[in-house]
Amino acid sequence: MGSDYAHRKWCHLRKVLERSGPFCRPDFEPSPNTLQFLSENCKLLVIGAGGLGCELLKDLALMGFGQIHLIDMDTIELSNLNRQFLFRQKDIGASKAEIAAKFINTRIPGCHVIPHFCKIQDKDEAFYRQFHIVISGLDSIVARRWINGMLISLLNYEDGELDQSSVIPMIDGGTEGFKGNARVILPGLTACIECTLDLYPPQVTYPLCTIANTPRLPEHCIEYVKVMQWPKENPFDCPIDGDDPQHINWIYEKSNERAVQFSIQGLTYRLVQGVVKNIIPAVASTNAVIAASCSTEVFKLATSCCSSLNNYMVLNDLDGIYTYTYEAEKKEDCLACSQIPREIQISNSTLKLKDLLAILCERVDLQMKNPGITANVNGKNKTLYMQTVASIEEKTRENLNRSLVELGLRNGSEIMVADSTTPNTVVMKLKFSTSTTDIDML
Amino acid sequence: MASPSPKSPEQSERTRKYDRQLRLWGDHGQAALEGAHVCLINATGLGTEILKSLVLPGIGAFTIIDSKKISDDDIGANFFLDSESVGKSRAEIATQVLLELNSDVRGDYVDEGPEQILSNSPDFFNNFTVVITTALPEKSLIRLSKILWDLDIPLIVCRSLGFIAYMRVQTREHTVIETHPDNETPDLRLDNPFETLKNHFDSINLDELDLKDHTHVPYVVILYKYLEKWISENGDVPKNYKEKQQLRDMIRSGIRKDEHNNPIDEENFEEAIKAVNTSVGRYEVPPSVMEVLNDDCCINLTAKSKPFWIIAKAVKDFMENDGSNSLPLKGAVPDMTADTEKYISLQQVYHKQAAADAEAVWRRTVHLLRQIGRPSDAITEKDVKLFCRHASNIYIQRGSCIADEYDPKTVDASEMTQSLENPESMMVYYVVLRGIEKFQVEYNSYPGEFDDHVEPDIVKLKACISKLLMEWGCGPLAKDDYVHEFCRYGGSELHSVSAFLGGLAAQETIKFITNQCKPIHNTFIYDAVTSNSASFFI
Ligand SMILES: [Zn+2]
Repeated sequence: MGSDYAHRKWCHLRKVLERSGPFCRPDFEPSPNTLQFLSENCKLLVIGAGGLGCELLKDLALMGFGQIHLIDMDTIELSNLNRQFLFRQKDIGASKAEIAAKFINTRIPGCHVIPHFCKIQDKDEAFYRQFHIVISGLDSIVARRWINGMLISLLNYEDGELDQSSVIPMIDGGTEGFKGNARVILPGLTACIECTLDLYPPQVTYPLCTIANTPRLPEHCIEYVKVMQWPKENPFDCPIDGDDPQHINWIYEKSNERAVQFSIQGLTYRLVQGVVKNIIPAVASTNAVIAASCSTEVFKLATSCCSSLNNYMVLNDLDGIYTYTYEAEKKEDCLACSQIPREIQISNSTLKLKDLLAILCERVDLQMKNPGITANVNGKNKTLYMQTVASIEEKTRENLNRSLVELGLRNGSEIMVADSTTPNTVVMKLKFSTSTTDIDML
Repeated sequence: MASPSPKSPEQSERTRKYDRQLRLWGDHGQAALEGAHVCLINATGLGTEILKSLVLPGIGAFTIIDSKKISDDDIGANFFLDSESVGKSRAEIATQVLLELNSDVRGDYVDEGPEQILSNSPDFFNNFTVVITTALPEKSLIRLSKILWDLDIPLIVCRSLGFIAYMRVQTREHTVIETHPDNETPDLRLDNPFETLKNHFDSINLDELDLKDHTHVPYVVILYKYLEKWISENGDVPKNYKEKQQLRDMIRSGIRKDEHNNPIDEENFEEAIKAVNTSVGRYEVPPSVMEVLNDDCCINLTAKSKPFWIIAKAVKDFMENDGSNSLPLKGAVPDMTADTEKYISLQQVYHKQAAADAEAVWRRTVHLLRQIGRPSDAITEKDVKLFCRHASNIYIQRGSCIADEYDPKTVDASEMTQSLENPESMMVYYVVLRGIEKFQVEYNSYPGEFDDHVEPDIVKLKACISKLLMEWGCGPLAKDDYVHEFCRYGGSELHSVSAFLGGLAAQETIKFITNQCKPIHNTFIYDAVTSNSASFFI
């Protein structure tokens, strides 16, 4: 029965893969081999087995893909069950990747999902190089940026020409409440995550003086307890764990006291949880729509049956249903995908190293998390600051209060920046504004 | 410490499970969802995708109507049928597998075709909250559409064909209180402050404040002071760009100076300058809201009027009698630079007035209920408060009956004809889909369903479309490539296209159930080839 059954089972897919049509890509050749390629040879990597990930696996498996790797470091929680439909109550605490893979492999015979219960950073270039297409359904911007950087580092350039066969397309989906987006990234060829970093607004933060001295909103009270009161009173001898109800209870009770003290209304338990855990609202329907759109794009890329989305689609179904597609532009001097070092304007020659670090973290087009800097000073590679390794941090800490000039950096100096948002170090070029250089020369 | 520390509330399992969506539609939205019972006709891949996104968030109950036995090709397009179930009832298996998703949900099925049910038990549909169909043939669709139109139950018709998806909603009248607008303008009433607000403003004298207080006055107060001055000098609020610019300059001149006569950094003044654009105009009830309040249903209440209309009438009476032609006050004040005491006291003034307005509307609601002979608990005070808070964004949608679209005598083809003149319009998909329905009636198959019939079916489908266009009084369709493309699909269902529409159709269903957010009005088309979509009113 095997092949006959498969033949009948895939009769829907076969119609679009074995027949030609007026809207197909010119290089599309109708053939029964395409379906076989999807099920046996086309290797996909799905990153994230959450709201989008569960949908992606279902969609891809039913679009004929049979070789799927799945990577996710998370375990299943109760609050996942309103949308992550491959998980049940009994699975709470188990690996998302493992349970999801098992579910798909059982429900759809012929589909092989291989789970990886780990961080994306645990895998090396050789691992990522094996895939035809990478699909990301992540809620973390840092992780998105990291995988983006990884795929770019796999590109081969020969005499400045990009070797097209080294391009691994990335399909990326994101949702928030009733809004979402799907995009197609051809690393090195079209806009990448870093090219459009300003699409991700930095997280809302409240000025310290507001939360300490002039609170007006319930959020201000919660932030106060979180950043001032918790470290001071240290009620459980550990940092805040948003998943520990005892911790949330403590913060709720303390922020409520503060709200009462200042006559601030509207503080609820749900709000406390939301602020402490930075919760993004989520619903099954939006995840379904965005994952479906991503899966259609994977299918198009793998089969050439029609042109890809070029290259960004947004969805909003709050007021009717609104979708909009446009071409996000590749940035000439993109930190990740251009070959040109980004110039950083330095307007003040007394700028200290710590100020430079702050710039790297605060600028919307950089948004780094824990940058470490090395530079070539007088022909020697020198680590100026590194936060992530405690022993080096200690040794380089005193550099923070030195000015760039004192550290031997000049107009045109190149610095190498390492950060958790990228698997590679990024080269940047310091550009002291003319007035600064003038002063230098004086 | 003797502080009366409030105890943390016990979090129920349900609250924790649904946390991420409760943040979108609230506990009252969830309660509406849990009280709803939807009906799905035909458990196709598209059908189960729709139900999946309703079962997961916890819809009360669903019923599946489907007489089909599961075939091999069902397995390839439908995630909620397992490979061992070939030959069994599609309604039964889909119900079983969907129920595994959420133990809070009840589900049952009828192993009969919609045609049988429509003929044998037309009352069957009376108690559903929403009815959803997929792959429903034209004849049954027309009958069902008439029944549900008369029952005033929303109907959502969905199709997924190759790379194209289509959705049409039918509802007589749908009212929305919480539209969840993306940007809400604050309701400040600076041009004509209510008494307590005016007293509050009058109690503050900017010139007498020391510097610390001066930099911590809420911008609303600053804006009022300068607007008041402007009105006393010019007789009216600033109307055009030039006048607004002058008002901005006036405000800027109020910023305190340092010892070198340079203006100091006063963020609250900057906020006031920024707010000139949105917050100094004459108060006006939005025209869309006026339309609702002047609607016949609002003016002429009957014993059968929906709560929405009764509260709307109470709001109208409030405006004309106690509210000096303004809607009940929203009562929300945006965050702004200010010290706690000044901000909270201002917030209290708005809060209290909003509560008083809602109270007045509530009294009028009770009065109206008595007048039309309804029990006074038919509407709760909570309902009235919710309505008042969102009064400036209320919305009503009136639809059209699908059956009329299919009857040459009643169809209004002007929208179709006009759209077809635009070469970019996605209306062409609607026309071809309607042609395919005609084709199905005539030939009992999809065009291109059989490999050796593709070419002849293209000719036949073109004939079906021409016939349809003639009924509409339209010229021929010069889009043969679209006809060809649909024959290539041969009635196939691509899972990712169905999943896309499935999610959207589920969300439209939730909009009807919760009365939150505006539904589509009334036809939606998605083309997965270009990733474009469009909505029309037909
Ligand atoms: Zn880039």
